Parts: sequence; structure tokens; C-alpha cells
Amino acid sequence: MTENQPGSDDGVPSRRQFLTALGGTAFAAAGYGYGTEPSGSVAVDSVTGSSAHPASGEHIEALTAIATAVYPSAVSITPSFIESRVFGRVEPEPGHFDKLVTAIEAVDDHAKARFGGRITDISAGRRRQVLQSMGVTTVHPTADGTTAEQVRFYLVGDLLYVLFTSPMGGKLLGVDNPPGHPGGREAYKQGPEGGEP
Amino acid sequence: MTAADDRTPTEADVCVVGAGPAGAVTAYSLARRGHDVVVLEAGERLTPADHHRRMEMWLRPNFERDSFWRDDERDRYTTTGDVDARLNETRVKAVGGTSLHWDANTPRLHEEDFEMNTRYGVAQDWPISYADLRPYYVRAEREMGVAGADDNPHGPPRKEPYPLTAFEPSYSDSLFAEACEELGITMASQPKAINSEEYDDRSECVGYGVCNACPSGAKYSAEVHVQKAEAAGARIVDQVQALSVEHDRAGDYVESVVYATPNGRHFRQEADHFVIACGGIETPRVLLLSDSDVYPDGLANSSGAVGRYLMDHPSVTTTGTLEEPTRQSNIGWVSSRSDQFYAHEETGSGSYHLTFSNTAKSTSGGAQSRSPPTSPSRLLDIVSNPTSDTVAELATDPLNEMQLGDALDLPTTSGPPYPLSIRGAGEMLPRPDNRVTLDKSKTDNHGRPVPSIDLSDGAHVQETMEHCLSVQKSILTELGAEITEVETLSGRRMSTHHMGTTRMGTDPAETVVNEECRTHDLANLWIASSSVFTTAGANNPTLTIAALALKTADHIDEKL
Repeated sequence: MTENQPGSDDGVPSRRQFLTALGGTAFAAAGYGYGTEPSGSVAVDSVTGSSAHPASGEHIEALTAIATAVYPSAVSITPSFIESRVFGRVEPEPGHFDKLVTAIEAVDDHAKARFGGRITDISAGRRRQVLQSMGVTTVHPTADGTTAEQVRFYLVGDLLYVLFTSPMGGKLLGVDNPPGHPGGREAYKQGPEGGEP
Repeated sequence: MTAADDRTPTEADVCVVGAGPAGAVTAYSLARRGHDVVVLEAGERLTPADHHRRMEMWLRPNFERDSFWRDDERDRYTTTGDVDARLNETRVKAVGGTSLHWDANTPRLHEEDFEMNTRYGVAQDWPISYADLRPYYVRAEREMGVAGADDNPHGPPRKEPYPLTAFEPSYSDSLFAEACEELGITMASQPKAINSEEYDDRSECVGYGVCNACPSGAKYSAEVHVQKAEAAGARIVDQVQALSVEHDRAGDYVESVVYATPNGRHFRQEADHFVIACGGIETPRVLLLSDSDVYPDGLANSSGAVGRYLMDHPSVTTTGTLEEPTRQSNIGWVSSRSDQFYAHEETGSGSYHLTFSNTAKSTSGGAQSRSPPTSPSRLLDIVSNPTSDTVAELATDPLNEMQLGDALDLPTTSGPPYPLSIRGAGEMLPRPDNRVTLDKSKTDNHGRPVPSIDLSDGAHVQETMEHCLSVQKSILTELGAEITEVETLSGRRMSTHHMGTTRMGTDPAETVVNEECRTHDLANLWIASSSVFTTAGANNPTLTIAALALKTADHIDEKL
């Protein structure tokens, strides 16, 4: 049966609405583009348009401390890198940042209960032991899984994503402009000595 | 209720079904001339922020790349031939269509592709020539913003400059160039609809390197023409599925398209003219689903050709390693190609083109079909086909890595040895048994039979791609590379290009649409899609789709 009278599909959540958290974002794209700086460096805050992520300063410090355990020692990490790269990016799915904060708190709680101090107060080697003793290094990353699986999915996965889409991660890979980083169009033309072929 | 939520029919001169490149370009071309246009699209509209989310999903193996548009029940299909159709990895049902994750390569077809029967005694000639389509190619290149250079001695003739300057060759192109020069093989720039400078209110490419999920908008997608069509007065109705196309009593004219909204209501959109622009699979499917007493074998199917002559572009790749750096994965797109073997005289078989890697063995971006390494299907793939590459990928992907700190394994593009590869995509001739039919044993979310895809390669494809593999091997050998992997046709899956299933021709007994892309059977039913291609050539179809859409819109305009 068909009908020609006016009507509405109000209230039917769409696939995209299910996948995205529109609340709190104020993304403004110019023209027909999606909203990056043509200079080659993306202003992350202009992409998300949101500073209203659920992480406190303590969460950022704790995640920075965990990053020192996850990343190779050659990588130098600051809280501002973590805040801008992790919580400053467009939230990949609704509730992702909330789950990440919960994962950070789970690691910190485990450190306090089993390792005698907050994750920020122990050495990088001890922080790795915290993650290992939680089982994080021996599970598959699973968004709706056990605590260890969720720490692996949200916390370890996010840390690796932001590292390997940054120039810092690119150095580890031997790629000057790693995929996911808007590093311009010079590196692909350059030879191994950095000059044009 | 916002305008976007209102999915009821409105007065329209033209109803377009499908908001991919074909539908969007047609809609814009007609709307800007003052015609009332309604576009019906099954999928949803993405926001700019969604494209940044898509990039992360593309790069992280533990997200599903197609979750923004995939609907398992709506998008069911059957694959029965030798070649796995893998439809839902390649097509996109959303506003913008498959251009939301295309590679944006935009070569023209060659002159010979339109005259295969006259020149070589195979297949059929198109009812139009390259010369007929040439002015529309020029317009399509401007509409999409194609960057390129007139530097291809084996390419089709052109006088007009590309609207944007070509991207410069990569470092690894220079390595290939030395070997190709020794072998007498000419390389050329790859034309592409990616901005090499600001164009059409979109940024230049800033090198994200994740072209399939380009977050900057430097890569053209049909969202551009959707927005332009709307600005010109067209109405885009998303999340509505076209269920059937209904005709008058005599079967001379289409009267309406019946569609369903997300809440299950059915409406009837009437118009003076109708354009089906649903790609090479869903276009024949909706015609076959619209059978009637007048057209018992499917609408506009007096010829029996609807669904037949399905073609794709089979591809093969040879990968090797060098002891010197190859500088891969610093950009996402291909910068160089060769059309030397886009000629039957050269190959003795069929045409193909070569592209030279900038992303060989990358662990992110590039490979469209890549699935999470830990997904059951991925593990099964790797167990059944344990190449060194797949095992290495599984073992070294950092997002599934179990070691932490200095023991963290890294995805390897560093070396030595260093990877590089050559890909070739070739021509498949139209054969009636390669076809899309309806699988009445399986239904979609509206209880309609799903498309069944039966595609097999045949001897011509085998011979053509064997020649291609031999040339790839000779280039890598000349380069001094050790060949580490050869991806042959064995076990191949269907490419992203679906063509030929409502073919164009002059004979209504053999073909579905005429030289204007209007169906022979119904005076106001038009098709804008690669499904009208009489032959497929060996080049990416989207520029030709857009050129034909512009031409078809001109013909519709003449009738209004």
C-alpha cells in the first residue's frame, strides 16, 4: 500500500545517529570540504569543536603515565599531547570517551590495590606490570568485553592509534608522513636522504 | 519536523533514484536549469565530522569500516560464480554513494573501448564514439576537479588542459621509471579527482594518506553535487528504498517510483521523467523487481539483457623488495601509471593498465578489503591462505600487539628489505552468462528477492592478466627486486567496478538503453550508471559515469 498524504519519520534513529554523538560537537566545514586547514596541520579543536570531554586533569595525567608504559622509551609524551590527540579528536563512536575514562580508572584502581600507589606514582616498568597483571596484554581488544578487554580496546587501542597517526609514531615506523596525519605532500617525493630524487 | 525528516512525495519534473556520482551529477545538471528534481536515496547523509570518524575506523582494525552505511538485512545478496561478489565491502549505500570510499582515479576510457567489434571483432561497439563523449569528459573533469597532466603517449587524445595540475611523481616512481625506461615502457601521471590545489571551495590534499576515508574533502565525492543540486533547488530524500518502478497501462511511460521510509510507510513519487542511478547491481535489480503484465521479465527488459553482460575489472599485483629504501606510505594515492599495454596489438590479448605503488605492504589505509586481524573471517582467510604477508600482518599489527614498551612490535614499512609493488587492472569482455538475477529464496528487509551475482573470468581475462603478470615481473626484475608475492586471478574477488548490466546499443532486441541512455521500452525512463557501459575497457569507470550523466541530463532537458 502506498500513501500520498504528508507524514514524518520523526523518532526513527538512523544508522548514522546511532554511530555518532552529535551532542556537544559544533563541527563547521567550509564550502564543500569537511573542515581541515589547507596549511597541512589540522587544528584538532576546530574539528571537534568541543572541549567538553569527560576526562579530568587526573585522568589525563593517569593516561599519560600509562602511555609511558605502552610506548617505547624513545617516545617522549606530555599531558598536552594526550589531551589534544586522544580527547581532542572526533569521538569515534558515542560513549567512547566515557568508556576510556572508565578504563583509565580501572587501571588506576588496580595500581592502588595491588601495586601500592596511583599509576602516576610508580615507575614505567611497574606500570607495565599493572597492565600485565590485569591481563590486558593477553586478551583481544573487545569494546563490550571484560575489564581487561575493554582496557585493551579503549585505552591501549587509543594510545596506539594516536601515536601511529602522529609524526612521533612515524619516526618509529620509518615513515615521515604516517597515514592519518595530514603532513602535506613533500615526504612522498623525497628520497632516502631527504632530497628530491 | 525538519525538511530533511519529511519523506513524503512532492511535485517533480524529474525523479532520480540514487545519490551516488551518477544521480548527483544528473540531479545538479537538471536542477541548475530550473527543473524540479527529487532524489531518492536508500542510505543516509554523513556529516563532515563523520568523515573524521570514518578515517579512524579505516585505520583501526578493531572497528568495522563499513558500519556507517551497512545494513545486513537490507543489503543481502547471493554470489554464485567463480568470483566472490563481496558487494558490501565495495559499494556504499549513502548520500554520495560509493564515491564516499573510492580511490578517485579518473582516467578516460580509450577510443578503442567504444569500437571493440569494429577494431577487433569482439564484443559490441557502443552506439556513441569517444569523440561523441569527449566534450562531456571535459565537463566531467571540471565538475569533479581532476588533477592531471597531458603526458600520456598511450592515453586517449585530449586538447583541453586538466582543471588542476597533476600531482608530482613519488620517489618510488623514480625507481620504477629507470626500469621502465630500460624496457621501453612509458609511465604517465595518474589523473585523479583529488585537489592538488584549492578548487571548488574544497581544500587541497593535505596528505592524510587515508584516501578511502579522506577526512579533508580534498578528494571529490558526490556529496559535492548533492549539495550543489540542493542549492539549485533539488530535494534529496535520504533513507528511502525504491521498491518498484510503476508504468502506465500500455507500458509506454513510467508513472511513479514506489518507495519505503524508515518507519515502513510506502509512498509513490510521480514525475515526468525518471532516472535510475543505482549502480551496476541495484539498477538491474530494481528493474527485475518491477515486472508486470506488460514486462513479465522485468521493466524495460524486452531484450532480456537486463542483468546480463556484467563486467568488472580483474586485477593482479606483483610485490617485491629492494635493499634500498622505497619510501612507501608517505602518501595514500597512486601517482603514476602506464597505458602502454592498453592495446590489443601490444598484448595479443586484452587491454590493461599498470599502476605503481606508493603504499606497498602498508598496514593501514590502501587495502579496501582489510578486516580486523582478529575477526573470525579474517583468521579463516589467513589460515586458508597463509602468505607471508598475511601472517606478518597478523603478527605485527600494533593495535593487536601484546608486547608493551620497547618490545612493542611496529608495522613494518621500514627495512631493509623495503617493499614495492605494481598493480594491473584489465578488461573483461561482456558475456551474457555473467549476470545479476533475483534470488527468490532469499529476501531483504522488505521481503524482496535479493540480487544474485554470477561472475566468472573466462579465457580472455586469463590471457590478458597473464600477460600483465609477465610485464610486472620483468619490471621488478629489471629493478633488481626480489619478488616476494604474486597475487594472481586465483581466488580473486570482484573489483569495485560493476558494469554492463543495462547495456547501451541501437538494437532494442539486444540492448536496454539507446545512445541517450533512455530505455528502448519506456519513453521517460533513463539510466545513469556504469550499468549502461557496452564494454568496460580497462580503466576506472567513474569519470565516464559522470560524463554520461551530464550527457543524459542534456537529453532530458531537451524533453522538458
